Amino acid sequence: MQFLRRFSERMKPAFEEDGRLKLLYPVYEMLDTLLFNTDKETDMAPYIRDSVDLKRIMTIVIFALLPAFFFGLFNIGYQQALAFGLERSLLTNFWFGLKVMLPIIIVSYATGAVWEVLFAIVRKHEVDEGFLVTGLLIPMIVPPTIPLWQVAVATSFGMVIGKLVFGGTGMNIFNPALTTRAFLFFAYPGKISGDSVWALGPDGYSGATPLAVPAAVTNGNAVELLNGVTQFDYSWSNMFYGLIPGSISETSALAILIGAVFLILTKVGSWRVIVGGLLGLVGTALLTNILAGQSSNTMLSLPPHYHLVMGGFLFGITFMATDPVTAAHTNAGRWIYGIMIGVLTVVIRSINPAYPEGTMLAILLMNAFAPLIDYFVVQANIKKRVARYA
Amino acid sequence: MLEHYISLAVKAIFIENILLAYFLGMCSFLAISKKVETSIGLGLAVVFVLSITAPVNWFLHTYLLKEGALAWAGLPDLDLSYLNFIIFIATIAALVQLVEMIMDRFTPALYLSLGIFLPLIAVNCAILGGSLFLVERNYNLGESVVFGFGSGIGFFLAITTMAAIRHRLRYSNVPPALRGLGITMLLTGLLSMTFMAFSGIDL
Repeated sequence: MQFLRRFSERMKPAFEEDGRLKLLYPVYEMLDTLLFNTDKETDMAPYIRDSVDLKRIMTIVIFALLPAFFFGLFNIGYQQALAFGLERSLLTNFWFGLKVMLPIIIVSYATGAVWEVLFAIVRKHEVDEGFLVTGLLIPMIVPPTIPLWQVAVATSFGMVIGKLVFGGTGMNIFNPALTTRAFLFFAYPGKISGDSVWALGPDGYSGATPLAVPAAVTNGNAVELLNGVTQFDYSWSNMFYGLIPGSISETSALAILIGAVFLILTKVGSWRVIVGGLLGLVGTALLTNILAGQSSNTMLSLPPHYHLVMGGFLFGITFMATDPVTAAHTNAGRWIYGIMIGVLTVVIRSINPAYPEGTMLAILLMNAFAPLIDYFVVQANIKKRVARYA
Repeated sequence: MLEHYISLAVKAIFIENILLAYFLGMCSFLAISKKVETSIGLGLAVVFVLSITAPVNWFLHTYLLKEGALAWAGLPDLDLSYLNFIIFIATIAALVQLVEMIMDRFTPALYLSLGIFLPLIAVNCAILGGSLFLVERNYNLGESVVFGFGSGIGFFLAITTMAAIRHRLRYSNVPPALRGLGITMLLTGLLSMTFMAFSGIDL
């Protein structure tokens, strides 16, 4: 460590104001703060009482992502073995998954880093840490079958249009990872629309996703239909554990819940958003269940606990909706924001035949409305205080 | 019947949002969305003007301009629909004048803050678009009232959302070349992408 410290100190002048490499100062700063903390001390108020900074928060989110991440690795291999009818050990499945996932991660991080560093150099600010999480989230929400060039193109769009044109982490309006995903969704709908499964299998290997099964039939019972699928095991417990094909890390409700608990305990993720989202989803699903008898739409009869484990809802509400930048900034606003995500998810899933899954667009839509919600919450608060002190 | 009107309103507000799906009325949308208060004012003015002009233009179209509309005057062969544009614009301009006078009298602060953009509603494409859509889609009187009102609410929703976003953007470090209209254009694109959530819903 001492050696590295000395090396960094020795290199520093080259990157400063009149050094030869001053253009690359953001790169130097990024690597330096990645390895070392500052030893600056404040000698007058205000003092920092805790060392939670952006980097620490992002690291905590990465930790929270790990259960879902490792499950995703395993599931890639497991689904592939299932598709080919192979018998494989747990470890081989992991190894196979890693071989699929690693290139996607490398492409996503590399593309993102190029843009980050480019913007940092041209605009002379520091490389910010937000990309640590975004770069990992992107591979986790794409299908394992995705071509790498699509990852690169979409990541570029998500990073530049979703984040960097606003000035970087903390200043964006839409979640960059979801913007990336939405770009893929609308630009390459043939591959990623979500009505047939994504799994590595023999040519022509296909099947309906859990959310597409009830959507395709009218006047049916959603649960019976799901249990009637023979190609995959779409029982509730199996979907809860996540042993179904899907986007790489969003299948396992169990693994995501572990991450959610971790995020809530460390207070990095807002519990109001998560609980609000769950309430909104369950409430709307119960309502659609009541209405199901009067309509031929089978999706309406899907019970709330199925809604919870299917599709990307849990992953979205845990890791995307709680993004402190793009969520509502007021506590009351967070409740509304979370609840509306839950409501919209069920609404889009149930009554919009164009999209089998609604979480992504529900969160993006609420990202757009979050500033408006905040505005009205703040105005209401001002009015209340004026009334109180009048 | 009520169900039909509700679904028409939902369609006009969310699914076929006049601004984010048809991109009509962009000029005032881009120019007035800097502050939430003024955007609410302009939004309300648009709601008001649209819900009046839609039925008025419907009457004009049905009893004066449509092919055979003048049957009541003994001229069943006359087709004046080529006058649609000019008559619609004249109606809209007259009604906007009316709104302007009312506002000047009762809400002078809002009147001043909207400035030139209130008279510009007269040539706002969203308003004319609303009238032309109801001709094209053969709406009846009730439907055109609901459609005009719904489109207005859709415009209101879009412009207040954009104003709130731009309010938050005041703390952002947008590249100098993109500040102002540039970033607003980008945001409009992203916003309309999120509104794709509703496209495809069949009511």
